[in-house]
Amino acid sequence: MAGIPHDHYEPKTRGEKWLHRRLPIGSLIYDTLFIPTPKNLNWMWIWGVVLVFTLVLQIATGVVLVMHYTPHVDLAFASIEHIMRNVNGGHMIRYFHMNGASLFFFAVYLHIFRGLYYGGYKAPREVTWIIGMLIYLLMMGTAFMGYVLPWGQMSFHGTAVITGLFGAIPFIGESIQTWLLGASAVGQPALNRFFSLHYLLPFIILGLVIVHVWSFHSTGNHNPTGVEVRRGSKEEASKDTLPFWPYFVIKDLVALSAILVVFMAIVGFMPNYLGHPDNYIEANALATPEHIVPEWYFLPFYAILRAFTADVWVVMFTNWITFGIVDAKFFGVLAMFGAILVMALAPWLDTSSVRSGRYRPMFKWWFALLVIDFVVLTWVGARPAEGIYPYIALIGATYWFAYFLVILPLLGVIEKPLPRPATIEEDFIAHYEPHTGGTKTVVNPAE
Amino acid sequence: MLRKLTLSAAAALGFAALPGLASAAGGESLIHDYDFPFEGWFGSYDTFQLQRGLQIYTEVCASCHGLKYVSFRNLSDETGPALPEDQVRAYAANFFVADFDNNSQLMDSLTGEMRTLTPADRFPVNRTAAAPDLSLMAKARAGFHGPYGTGLSQLFNGMGGPEYIASLLAGYLEPPACAEGAEIDGYYNAVFAAGGYPDSCIDEEGHRMAPGSWIGMAPPLLGDDVTFEDGHEATVESQAQDVAAFLMWTAEPKLVARKQAGLTGVIFLTVLSVLLYLTNKRLWAPYKNKVKKAK
Amino acid sequence: MSHADTPEGTRRDFIYYATAGAGAVAAGAAIWPLVNQMNPSADVQALASIRVDVSSIQPGSQLTVLWQGKPVFIRHRTEAEIAIAAEQDLEVETMPDPLARNANIDGTALATDENRAMPVPEGAEGATPRAWLVQMGVCTHLGCVPLGNQAGDFGGWFCPCHGSHYDASGRIRRGPAPENLPVPVTAWADASTLQLG
Repeated sequence: MAGIPHDHYEPKTRGEKWLHRRLPIGSLIYDTLFIPTPKNLNWMWIWGVVLVFTLVLQIATGVVLVMHYTPHVDLAFASIEHIMRNVNGGHMIRYFHMNGASLFFFAVYLHIFRGLYYGGYKAPREVTWIIGMLIYLLMMGTAFMGYVLPWGQMSFHGTAVITGLFGAIPFIGESIQTWLLGASAVGQPALNRFFSLHYLLPFIILGLVIVHVWSFHSTGNHNPTGVEVRRGSKEEASKDTLPFWPYFVIKDLVALSAILVVFMAIVGFMPNYLGHPDNYIEANALATPEHIVPEWYFLPFYAILRAFTADVWVVMFTNWITFGIVDAKFFGVLAMFGAILVMALAPWLDTSSVRSGRYRPMFKWWFALLVIDFVVLTWVGARPAEGIYPYIALIGATYWFAYFLVILPLLGVIEKPLPRPATIEEDFIAHYEPHTGGTKTVVNPAE
Repeated sequence: MLRKLTLSAAAALGFAALPGLASAAGGESLIHDYDFPFEGWFGSYDTFQLQRGLQIYTEVCASCHGLKYVSFRNLSDETGPALPEDQVRAYAANFFVADFDNNSQLMDSLTGEMRTLTPADRFPVNRTAAAPDLSLMAKARAGFHGPYGTGLSQLFNGMGGPEYIASLLAGYLEPPACAEGAEIDGYYNAVFAAGGYPDSCIDEEGHRMAPGSWIGMAPPLLGDDVTFEDGHEATVESQAQDVAAFLMWTAEPKLVARKQAGLTGVIFLTVLSVLLYLTNKRLWAPYKNKVKKAK
Repeated sequence: MSHADTPEGTRRDFIYYATAGAGAVAAGAAIWPLVNQMNPSADVQALASIRVDVSSIQPGSQLTVLWQGKPVFIRHRTEAEIAIAAEQDLEVETMPDPLARNANIDGTALATDENRAMPVPEGAEGATPRAWLVQMGVCTHLGCVPLGNQAGDFGGWFCPCHGSHYDASGRIRRGPAPENLPVPVTAWADASTLQLG
């Protein structure tokens, strides 16, 4: 695998040989577990394992919750309370599942931004990136449908709003929305099908995760320098790499365990902090909560959705040249999905020949601004759309698009990159050699 | 009667629809950050406070508000009100069911009459006054917000559900002067933000001149509404806190168990993290030392 | 970091074992709740024990209550029925099932009426002894519900499914059923209230 020369699995005992001829599973496990991994990976390379753990956590707790949950409009809310009050350990399992969604998105955002900074999306890893984006989209769908299940006020009215996005599509929107809901409004058909899909999608995510791992195991791991592992010979490659087990598994577990300390503290002491009080009120079609706010992990894109109002010139212009087909509402929907699309297209929008942001002096600043932009969008997404907030959202949304559509293509042309280490080994040595005197090495992988 | 019904119905809808928006009207400063015994890392419910709160609920709130997700048997929870089982049995058997239309689960299927309630039953539903159910009220309201949407206040003070309830119950003040002569139903409450508001109290710029709004619920606590067996004080504020604490328990009966699990988890995972860190260090040492020695 | 190899080796081993051990404990602690949640929940457990007010059951009549999803026969026997049961006691040694099948007493006790009927409640010493018979209303053959009111050839219960006859004390006398109707865990909560379970 990975085109990196390394030892291969040799069945030794008779049993192993017997099995290997029929099903080379030992070989698969060996190659996956002992895959040569660049030894200069830093602590941003731990999120993948955290994400796999979280997926397993969500599936395990989810399967268990289904044993006690009832997908019926009259009983769903009560069955959640049954879990919280009567089922053995049910309150913990439910809080784990609830906050597990937040952990999932927290980790996935850091994972994505890691890729954006170190240029992990660039050739030959575009397929890994695209599959990752598909996983992210499915995660959003799964999280949204899961949020409907408790059948609280926010579940109910949030569903109405989000499915309403599809209603904004010209001509066929209304039919699509009705098809999604199975009725003209949110009700029993919607709850039942979202329940079914909420159970199904995680397993599709699991399948895509396997393909995601397969694809980067084929290209070899990316690393903070963006310099590829030397593949001339086994000796050469082994200077740049160490096997995944145990070196990186243990390292990832250190990080996972430390993250779980914080997670445990949240579940144990403030399990409702990331949720919304309205969802402890049973759904009521007659009364809408004053502010419908999605869960925090949707907020940046929710902000972009709301940013493009009818008085923005781009919206007016688009409206005019499409003869009014694309109105402000539909424009917002397009912008929201477009924000994810431009991110998915990053491999082709980034023209720089250098992968890692570490050696791109101008890029660093624009990237830092993107991170700030993301945080600001998250924050403004939860603010009411009045006063100064729509302007902040508009600026934030504009920068998001400008980063991918203008800055990334331009930077590659005008920027003069810094010198890069020739090999991963060189980078590793530079990081761990004792610093003498006050002189700092130019190449500093300690980011 | 009809007027009262529509009033409380409107209040109930408002209550259900617009929780915790005190900030919108600047009433948030009036939400007092009470020190409840169940706050903090080691906080747990005060048994006696919950028992007092139960008594207030029973004698004051229960006539209009249901508690439909709570079972009578929960009253003997060790980390809850911890009533002896025979008392719980007697309490359930004597519980007055106000709402006959919405409690078919408590009917005898043969005779069609209310049967004797047992500890295995849940508190009855009560929709007679269209008042909201109180089981989850303490989790369905937030007392603290902001500042500026950062969530920092809730991070340090908690969500503020019980604080909101206690403050609201103690928040019936004299109506502001601007409301004099205004035609408005309900009672002025400085903490409740979602109710009706007279135009005469809104200035030219559209700002409200007084915090809070008008709530449909008449002031439920007037002081000494109940008499506690142990002679505990029963001022409006102490009763408000007691019943708010009780409602926090009804909303989150497993709070103490949850914190214990959380603390165990945090401590154990911290140890595991340290061990893993040391293991990782050992594991990598040869490769990192090689670099150091080579220089 | 020490340069001596031997002490470092043992210390390293210790760290590895300690980490592996702690990891195993963490995994176990994570899995246990997922297993335990399938055990009966608190609301189900709350129904494991119910109270039945028997003050209104006249002698010669029977109350059937549902307990844990199964019928329970609570019979207030007349003096005549008690007398019949006492007469039938003489044949106890030769009955198909000579054991009492009473969950409240020793499992090897003989199936005398004394060993199957409820004791007199505390505080009601003047009451007729052995007036109350409490047993599961499930035929021990294939689980049908037997007919009561002195049905069958032995003045007790009769199972219409396959013709099992139970006597006035609920003991199997004829037919395919292998055992007497079992007496569940029952006690007097007070003089007129039975507690099942």
